[in-house]
Amino acid sequence: MRFRTFKKGVYLPGNKERTASLPVEVLPLPRQVVLPLRQHIGAPAEPVVAVGDEVLTGQKIAEAKGKVSLPLHASISGKVVAIEPRPHVSGELVPAIVIESDGTERMAPELHAPPRLEELSAEQLKELMQEAGLAGMGGAAFPTHVKYDPPPGKKIEYILLNGAECEPYLTCDHRLMVERADDIILGLMAMLKAGQATKGLIGVEVNKPDALAALEKAATGLPIEVLPLKVKYPQGEEKMLIYAATGRVVPAGALPIEVGVVVNNVATAAAFGEYLRTGKPLISRLVTVTGAGIKSPKNLEVRLGTLLEDVLNYCGGFTDAPGRIILGGPMTGPAQYRLDLPVMKGTSGIVVQTRAEVEKPDYGPCIRCGKCVDVCPYNALPNYFGLYAEHDRLAEVEKYGIFDCRECGSCTYVCPSRRPLLQLIKDAKRKIMASRKTG
Amino acid sequence: MLETEVVVSASPHIRQGVTTERIMWMVVISLLPAVFASITFFGGRALLIILCSVFSAVLTEAAVEILLKRPVTVKDGSAAVTGLLLALTLPPTVPLILPVLGAAFAIAIGKQIFGGLGFNPLNPALIGRAFLLASWPDLMTTWKWPAASLTWLESQADAVAGATVLGLIKEGTTVQLPFLQMFLGNMSGSLGETSALALLVGGLFLLAYQIIDWRIPVGYLGTVILMALLVGENPLLQLLAGGLILGAFFMATDYVTTPVTPKGRLIFGIGCGLLTMLIRKYGGFPEGVGYSILLMNVATPLLDRWTIPKRFGEVKANG
Repeated sequence: MRFRTFKKGVYLPGNKERTASLPVEVLPLPRQVVLPLRQHIGAPAEPVVAVGDEVLTGQKIAEAKGKVSLPLHASISGKVVAIEPRPHVSGELVPAIVIESDGTERMAPELHAPPRLEELSAEQLKELMQEAGLAGMGGAAFPTHVKYDPPPGKKIEYILLNGAECEPYLTCDHRLMVERADDIILGLMAMLKAGQATKGLIGVEVNKPDALAALEKAATGLPIEVLPLKVKYPQGEEKMLIYAATGRVVPAGALPIEVGVVVNNVATAAAFGEYLRTGKPLISRLVTVTGAGIKSPKNLEVRLGTLLEDVLNYCGGFTDAPGRIILGGPMTGPAQYRLDLPVMKGTSGIVVQTRAEVEKPDYGPCIRCGKCVDVCPYNALPNYFGLYAEHDRLAEVEKYGIFDCRECGSCTYVCPSRRPLLQLIKDAKRKIMASRKTG
Repeated sequence: MLETEVVVSASPHIRQGVTTERIMWMVVISLLPAVFASITFFGGRALLIILCSVFSAVLTEAAVEILLKRPVTVKDGSAAVTGLLLALTLPPTVPLILPVLGAAFAIAIGKQIFGGLGFNPLNPALIGRAFLLASWPDLMTTWKWPAASLTWLESQADAVAGATVLGLIKEGTTVQLPFLQMFLGNMSGSLGETSALALLVGGLFLLAYQIIDWRIPVGYLGTVILMALLVGENPLLQLLAGGLILGAFFMATDYVTTPVTPKGRLIFGIGCGLLTMLIRKYGGFPEGVGYSILLMNVATPLLDRWTIPKRFGEVKANG
C-alpha cells in the first residue's frame, strides 16, 4: 500500500524501539523548577510575582507582553527564590523565575474548566489558547493563538495536526496519541472552532499503527480525518506535511495560511484539550528520554522547568561517560553541554549518545556525488550552498535559494564527505540577515 | 552537574554509514570482474600493468600531498580508482613505464594541481590516457588479440591482426565477429574495455548500490544506439567494440567531473553519446569515448548552472 508523503527525503533508522511501547510515567515533583521567561518565539513574558512570593501550581507567574507572547504558569507550588538570568538551551543566559518546591502539590484555586466548547466563541477560544500558555510543542514553540488570526483575505480551511514524529528516537508524541487521543481530538475540535475551519486532519507516520487506531476511534463521527503517512524524514516538517496531507505547496517564505492550512503539533492540541477539560494551563509536557547512553529510557510527563539532571537521574543516569547530549531529536535538536537546563514548552526529548556513536568531526571536500541533491525535500542543491558558504560567497548562496531551505539536515545526514552542510547553511543565512540589517 | 566532557556540535547528530572512502572502494570492487577478464584474455601482463598504474597513482598522490604539505589522503581510495581506470584503458602490449608515467601525470596534473579530490575539472584517468596517447601514439595503438580468439580470427583477413574492431570499421574493413565472443571480451582492445559482460556486472553493482546515477549510462548508451541507427552503423557493434561500456558506467559517472543535477546528468550522458558517435563516424580517430567524456567534463559547470532544479515552493524573485 502506498501512503501519503512528499518527494525525496531520507529513510532514517528509527531507533524508537527503546521507548515506543513504554507507557508514560509521571516524573515525581522536582525540588526546584527554572522557568525561563522566553520559552516561545516572540516577546518574553513579564513576571507578576516577586522573589519570596508563595505560588501555587498553575498560578500565573508572568504575563504575556503583547500579542505575540505568552503567559507563564507555576509548574509546582512553592516559593519564588530567584528571578534572574539562568542557562537556556540557546546557550545564552535568559531571565527565569526559579521556584523551590514546598514538597506538596497545592493547586491554584482559580483553575477550573472553562465553559463547554459549545458555549465558547472563536474569539474566546483564541484568548483561552493564549491564557493557557500554548506554544507549538513540536520544537519551534511559536505562540499557538497567533496562527488563528489569518491575514485579511485568507481563510483557514484545514487544521492539520502533526503527529508524524519523524525524528528518530522520539516517541512522546506516539505515546500521547495512544494514551491521550481524546484530549487531542477535543483540542482539535476547539481549534477548528477557533479558526472557523471546516476540517481537521491528523498526519501520523504508519510506524505508529496503535496511534492511528486510537485517533480513528476518538475521532469517529467528527469532521476529522486521520491520515497514515509514509515513514520518511522530514515527514513532519511543516510544509512537507502540508504537501503530504493536502497536496498543496506552500510558497517559499510564506506561512501555511497562504494555502488555507494551520499546522499544530498533536501535543499542542492535547494541551489545549486538557486545559478545556480541566482548566490546567500548560505546566507539563511529555518528554522522551532515550539513546544508548541512557540507563533506562522512558517516556515521561515532566513539569516545565525541571532541570535535565533531575530528569536524567530518574532514568538511571548515563550508561557510561556520555558522548553527546541532544535536546530534541538527533536530526535537528541542539547538542548541550550542561545539565542545569530546564525542560521547556518545546522540549520533546533528551537523546544521549555514547562516545562510540559520536563521529569525529573531520570532513572532506565535496566530491559532487549529488547525494544531497537526491534527498533535499526542497529540491535545492545543498552542495552548492556548502561550497559557496564556505567561502562567504553570500550572493551565490542566496541565488541558489538558501532561504527556501528549512534546515531538516537530510543533506548533511547523507553526505559521504561528512561536510557540515546544515551548519554552513545556517551560518550563511545568519550572515546574510546580519548584512541586511546593517546594509 | 556534568562531570565529563561531551561533544557539542551542530545538528544533525547522526550520519549515514556511506563515506567517500567506502564509495571509492566499492568502485574498485565493481571493477574487479573487468580486471579478471583482462587477465583471462591478455594474461599476467595485464595484472602487471594494472599494478604499476595503481601503485604509481597512489604514490604520486602521497608524494604530491607531502610536497605541498597537505594531508595525505590516499586512504580515501580515489587515487587507486584513477590508477585502476587508467590501466583498464591501456593496450595490453604497452611497456610498463607507460602506466607508471600515465598514472603519475593523471594524479599530479589531472588532479592534485587543481587542489586534489573534488576540485579537478577533468577526469584524471582520461587525462592520463590522453597524455600517453599524445606522447606515445604508436605504443598506445599497438593491439594484440587474445590467444583464445585466434581460432575464430583465422577466418578473417590478415589486416585484422594488429587492429581493434573499431579500427577495422574505420578502415572500411568488413568485420564478421561473433557477438557472443565480443560480449565476453574475446577480442582485441584495451585491457578492461573488451568484456562487456564483466563491465556490466560491475556497472549493475554500482547502480544497485546507488553509487552511480542511471541517467548517465542510459543517456550515453541510448544516444549511441540511436545515432548508430541514424548513421547506418550496427548499434550492437558500436556498443560492444571499444571503450563505450567502460566509459559509460565508470568514467562518465565520475562524481567530481560530472553534473550534480538530475537533468544535467542526463544531458551529460546524451552529449557524450553524440560526441562519441561523431568522432567514431566522422572524426580522425577510430574511438572517441575518452575525448567525448573529457569534452563533456568541460561543460559540466555550465550544465549544472543551466539545469538548476525548480525548488519546492520556489517563488520567482521580482525584477
